[in-house]
Amino acid sequence: MSHPSPLSPLALLARLGQMVLGALGAVGRVAIFGLSTFSHMVRPPYYPREVLNALLQVGWLSLPVVGLTAIFTGGALALQIYAGGARFNAEAVVPQIVAIGMVRELGPVLVGLMIAARVTSSIAAEIATMKVTEQIDALVTLSTHPMKYLVAPRVLAALLTVPVLVGVGDIIGIMGGYVVATQNLGFNPAAYLKNTVDFLEARDIISSLVKGAAFGTIAATMGCYYGMQSGRGAQGVGRATKGSVEAAAVLILAANFVLTGVFFSL
Amino acid sequence: MIRLENVHKAFGDNKVLQGMTLEIPKGSSMVIIGGSGTGKSVALKSILGLIKPDSGEILVDGKPADSGDRDAFLARFGMLFQGAALFDSLPVWQNVAFRLLRGSLKRPVEEAREIAIEKLRRVGLKADVADRLPAELSGGMQKRVGLARAIAAEPEIIFFDEPTTGLDPIMSGVINDLIREIVVEMGATAMTITHDMTSVRAIADNVAMLHAGVIQWTGPVAEMDQSGDPYMEQFIHGRAEGPIEAVR
Ligand SMILES: Nc1ncnc2c1ncn2[C@@H]1O[C@H](COP(=O)(O)OP(=O)(O)O)[C@@H](O)[C@H]1O
Ligand SMILES: [Mg+2]
Repeated sequence: MSHPSPLSPLALLARLGQMVLGALGAVGRVAIFGLSTFSHMVRPPYYPREVLNALLQVGWLSLPVVGLTAIFTGGALALQIYAGGARFNAEAVVPQIVAIGMVRELGPVLVGLMIAARVTSSIAAEIATMKVTEQIDALVTLSTHPMKYLVAPRVLAALLTVPVLVGVGDIIGIMGGYVVATQNLGFNPAAYLKNTVDFLEARDIISSLVKGAAFGTIAATMGCYYGMQSGRGAQGVGRATKGSVEAAAVLILAANFVLTGVFFSL
Repeated sequence: MIRLENVHKAFGDNKVLQGMTLEIPKGSSMVIIGGSGTGKSVALKSILGLIKPDSGEILVDGKPADSGDRDAFLARFGMLFQGAALFDSLPVWQNVAFRLLRGSLKRPVEEAREIAIEKLRRVGLKADVADRLPAELSGGMQKRVGLARAIAAEPEIIFFDEPTTGLDPIMSGVINDLIREIVVEMGATAMTITHDMTSVRAIADNVAMLHAGVIQWTGPVAEMDQSGDPYMEQFIHGRAEGPIEAVR
């Protein structure tokens, strides 16, 4: 049998077809995994201790990194808007743009990406290691469903806490802008806060929190999915971790685009 | 009774089980021997449904292993994994009592802890390891914790994957006696994988040798030395020369 040259148009088309089919297959598997996660989340038995632990790991312990990310971003944003606005005498819009930029876009996206870095990677590495060391098999033989015991608590915790983290990030980001604007750029503190509050609409805040819930779900689900699919050995764990963070980050940015469209252009 | 009938399993082009047939009578102790990488662990995992065979049948008490209520099925089994497979986020006693702390066999925490400490004592571990984390224990100690976990809920059928590998001879003796005791006193059905011929003689009612994906020889332990099977002879005497290739 003679193979067509790897560069012939037909071979390239075949490769492309394979990639598309592969991608569709992956989307299908992730979708089934997500649905199965939710079905296990709502059916007993429940593992409250695992949920509490996941809430602590995903939510509480992520606060420092979220806070730092938000405060520096808010501060930098205020400087940028001031400098950029000065080109057409619009320096005064700093409070409004910082508020809208943080709440609608930067808060959820940056918190989502930090969660992908911190939480997705650790979930994937932990579950993959459990897979490689037969701990998942051991769970099954001890009549405990890994989807219920490992996956559902982590996804539930992310679904509940990441919106809160985003809310906190929004507030801290606005505070970062406030500090820079009032200390360095000569804004009046009371006026700055009043402008911020007056300008924000309920829809801005709701969109921010909904994005947080979506991004948290994506981040935890990808960590669990890649962990459960992990190959054998240390290399398997490494691949699972890398793949999970890549997938979570890309999906978060794509979901952000879609959700922004849904909230603000319909 | 457990019965494997012409079971096949391949991973890609790696044909592991190629028609394995074996019967383990209820309340008996079967020991499986065979070179490393011949698929002994795969066979045990197939019975538990952790690995799905490509073809063939696995019957437990006459019923296909993959039919019926999976929780009820698994509740009858205990398994010691080759690498112990302890949950490294949980202290030793919670590993041992895992089944007793949740699900259908759940009981009060105090009682579960007491049972765990009692089982640890039976595998030769002192009560002070109960609150340590698995990562703080040596390999041999982890293995024994895994053993304690396998027997904690007093299952009817127990699988031991290399229970004495990595243990000193005295501790191996303790574990061999324990496995024998579990079969005789609790009437459990046991399947043990081992490379240690001393263990085989101490534990087995029956012996089966897995080679090239099939059972080469099986029979009562008393007949093992007169099997007349060249594979068995080579394995028992640990000879480099013989039908089993030293490079696999
Ligand atoms: N989950 C798996 N995926 C791919 N190959 C596997 C898997 N489990 C076992 N194998 C392969 O099957 C063969 C038998 O493995 P195993 O049953 O662990 O051997 P042993 O007889 O030493 O217990 C080995 O070649 C191993 O690489
Ligand atoms: Mg093995």
